[in-house]
Amino acid sequence: MENIISLKDIILEFEDNSRVLKNISLDIKDKEFVTFLGPSGCGKTTTLRIIAGFLEPTSGDVFFDGQRINGVPPHKRNVNTVFQRYALFPHLNVYENIAFGLRVKKVPEKEILSRVGEVLELVNLKGFEKRSVHRLSGGQQQRVAIARALVNRPKVLLLDEPLGALDLKLRKEMQIELRRIQKELELTFVYVTHDQEEALTMSDSIVVMNNGYIQQIGTPTDIYNEPVNAFVADFIGESNIINGCMPQDCVVEFAGRRFDCVDKGFDPNETVDVVIRPEDVKVIQAEKARLTGIVESVVFKGVHYEMIVDGVDHKWIIHSTKAAPAGTMIGMTFDPDDIHIMKKTPEVQE
Amino acid sequence: MKLKYFSAPYLIWMVVFILVPLVMIGYFAFTTDGGDFTISNVSDVGQYANIFVRSIWLSLIATAICLVIAYPVAFILSRMDKHKQGTMLMIVMLPMWMNFLLRTYAWMTLLGNNGIINNILGAIGLGPFQMINTSGAVVLGMVYNYLPFMILPLYSVMVKIDKSLLEAASDLGCSSASTLFRVVVPLSMPGITSGITMVFVPAISTFIISRMLGGGSNLLIGDLIEMQFLGNAYNPHLGAAISLVLMVIILVIMTVMNQFDPDDQVLI
Amino acid sequence: MKKLGKIYLALVLLFLYVPIFVLIVFSFNETKSSSVFSGFTLDWYKRLFNNRIIISSLVNTIIIAVAASIISTILGTLAAIGINSMRRVPRTVVMNVTNMPIINPEIVTGVSLMLLFSFFAARMTLEFGFVTLLIAHITFDVPYVILSVMPKFRQMDPHIYEAAQDLGCGPFKAFRKVVLPEIMPGVVSGFLMSFTYSLDDFVISYFTTGSTSQTLPITIYSMTRRKVSPEINALSTLIFLVVFVVLIVKNVLEGKAAKKRMSGGGF
Repeated sequence: MENIISLKDIILEFEDNSRVLKNISLDIKDKEFVTFLGPSGCGKTTTLRIIAGFLEPTSGDVFFDGQRINGVPPHKRNVNTVFQRYALFPHLNVYENIAFGLRVKKVPEKEILSRVGEVLELVNLKGFEKRSVHRLSGGQQQRVAIARALVNRPKVLLLDEPLGALDLKLRKEMQIELRRIQKELELTFVYVTHDQEEALTMSDSIVVMNNGYIQQIGTPTDIYNEPVNAFVADFIGESNIINGCMPQDCVVEFAGRRFDCVDKGFDPNETVDVVIRPEDVKVIQAEKARLTGIVESVVFKGVHYEMIVDGVDHKWIIHSTKAAPAGTMIGMTFDPDDIHIMKKTPEVQE
Repeated sequence: MKLKYFSAPYLIWMVVFILVPLVMIGYFAFTTDGGDFTISNVSDVGQYANIFVRSIWLSLIATAICLVIAYPVAFILSRMDKHKQGTMLMIVMLPMWMNFLLRTYAWMTLLGNNGIINNILGAIGLGPFQMINTSGAVVLGMVYNYLPFMILPLYSVMVKIDKSLLEAASDLGCSSASTLFRVVVPLSMPGITSGITMVFVPAISTFIISRMLGGGSNLLIGDLIEMQFLGNAYNPHLGAAISLVLMVIILVIMTVMNQFDPDDQVLI
Repeated sequence: MKKLGKIYLALVLLFLYVPIFVLIVFSFNETKSSSVFSGFTLDWYKRLFNNRIIISSLVNTIIIAVAASIISTILGTLAAIGINSMRRVPRTVVMNVTNMPIINPEIVTGVSLMLLFSFFAARMTLEFGFVTLLIAHITFDVPYVILSVMPKFRQMDPHIYEAAQDLGCGPFKAFRKVVLPEIMPGVVSGFLMSFTYSLDDFVISYFTTGSTSQTLPITIYSMTRRKVSPEINALSTLIFLVVFVVLIVKNVLEGKAAKKRMSGGGF
């Protein structure tokens, strides 16, 4: 697979000299569904806007299909954007909104008719042609926005938190639908979201960002199972992150106890972050456990209970199908391969 | 006590001081001094067709110039940083708060035959030009006085156009020029129409600007009306008839303008 | 592109301000010339302050503006309350008539009132002067008050009036405690609008005034009709200064209010 978009050493400073992007390099493969994931202000939307051409990087190069496209204005780039709040033209109806890009390119009327018809079918909006856009529901507006971008047959579709304004159920539906469209049309999707669950379900590859840096690039499984640092681990799912050290390979010491693990290659007695996912903590009887704590709170979450457990020097968050009442002492244990060891402070910072 | 009776004092006021005076204009327009019905006042208005044509023509030119100057100003203002916008708008609107007569007087001294502009031009060996007492000076006076009336409605519509709409247009292949014509102009249509009426109505009915900058040779409808009521030509019946025709002209133009105004438009 | 915009804006501002600044500069000119600056003097200001006509017309203007704006604010606010509780058809009719003085050219409003006043003057002891001026000013002010108060009713939650009554207020108290504070911003801006329109009005005053009661714009008009005098320049300078200070204060106050709102809201 070819790289369709490459960013090389992108730095972006605003007028007041604050740096929003601090050295971003990444490759996006053709026909891939890539997600930029991170908290607000991490630079994910900014990166997307650089690809679209709305922002020019202060330094660094943007390549599209092998060609450097710095300075090429948005209307000459072969990418289209689905905007956060859709940005539908209020003075045009559904049909005219979708036909907008084709009209600008002076595509013959007959072809416009058939191409708009095609995408309307693709997004399940047949029959809505004459509808004015502010008489549409949020989900329908969303579909028009997608159709309006897709009708231009871009090589890459950029989506800026497109589902943010929808309610949960609709969002789930649209996630599946977007994935279907991407597969069906064999397009490259670059998708921006702050919702880790959304990123994990939809993407071929996830770019986790924070503070203007890329923290990790990988498949959803990689990112979930092998987060490279505490930030990624915490952002991808709630995690227990505990200070520890590695006396030797495959042994980690934390909370005053030694545990077996599967990681090796650390310096003897190197201090590390130990990451254990809430669902990987097993609740056992206190007498049988090497690690104990007092249950502070229990909340029923539908599939499981969420417990906050006060350990010696860490408050544990535990997801379990069994609950212990608040105030009781419980024991905790983990399988060796559920203990993830990470080098200290490798979160990419200045 | 019902709330709607609160408006009773105003309703009486409205009938006596808004409706009755307007009815009186109609009455005067169609009567003689003796109170007999006549249409001769209205048909006499035809004698002043040249003044009507000049008024309409000059105020149309002034309105067009205002639109051309104001449109970019309003657009630039609407795209500024939010905290700068307020201050900048104040600076643009400040001259409008000066009394209208003084602003026109300022141009009298600038354009005069011995005025500053002719003095400066004279210093570099040009002129002197006859600027005051020309129809050009009248148009200039209209543009200067009514420009803010065009900027304000345009600005208040444009400031509601979300930046993402302009980006979307550019994303879909529009150059700056085609974004302007395909997105900005259609969306600012309500501002354009109300700006045009806000400039055209006072321009076509002014008598100050023509008197101060136009000399005696550039009479407008306003002068004509004023002369019938307070001038030597004293004839309120003819004056009322001219006022009636003026109101009809304005009504027609506003109806035409409303055709361009999409009324169910909501900016997203 | 951005730079071009700034240059353009600067040119338009130049067009708007140069005439005013020329006026100001020549208010300090020693001679009567309005094109050659020969030396600095404050004489024209002294003369201005000793000009009895100007001072008395300024006083007149202020009296009329204050009286007209207070009366029209009361009249207009009551009207807005009433109009708001009318049914659709009468409301539309009343609003259309109310809009007339705003849409009509000023000169038409002026001559129509003049016709009315002449009618009364010929039959009763009405004289053109203070009373006619005041009536004319109230007539063109009230619509602005109504138009700035009406939208406040639209924005208001219609249930707060009922909520206040539910919590033990009588109808009048409920109105005073809940509704009035909600429409107050509209009342205030209506008052300020009528006050400035009254201060500034020339055309309608011109047709409805008599020889006894002149307003400042009318005095200015007769001055410009006579020989050019730098006193007008001095007057312009003072008016510009007043307007400038008032707008700056207004802007600062609004800025502060906006900041307060921002820091007060949110989490």
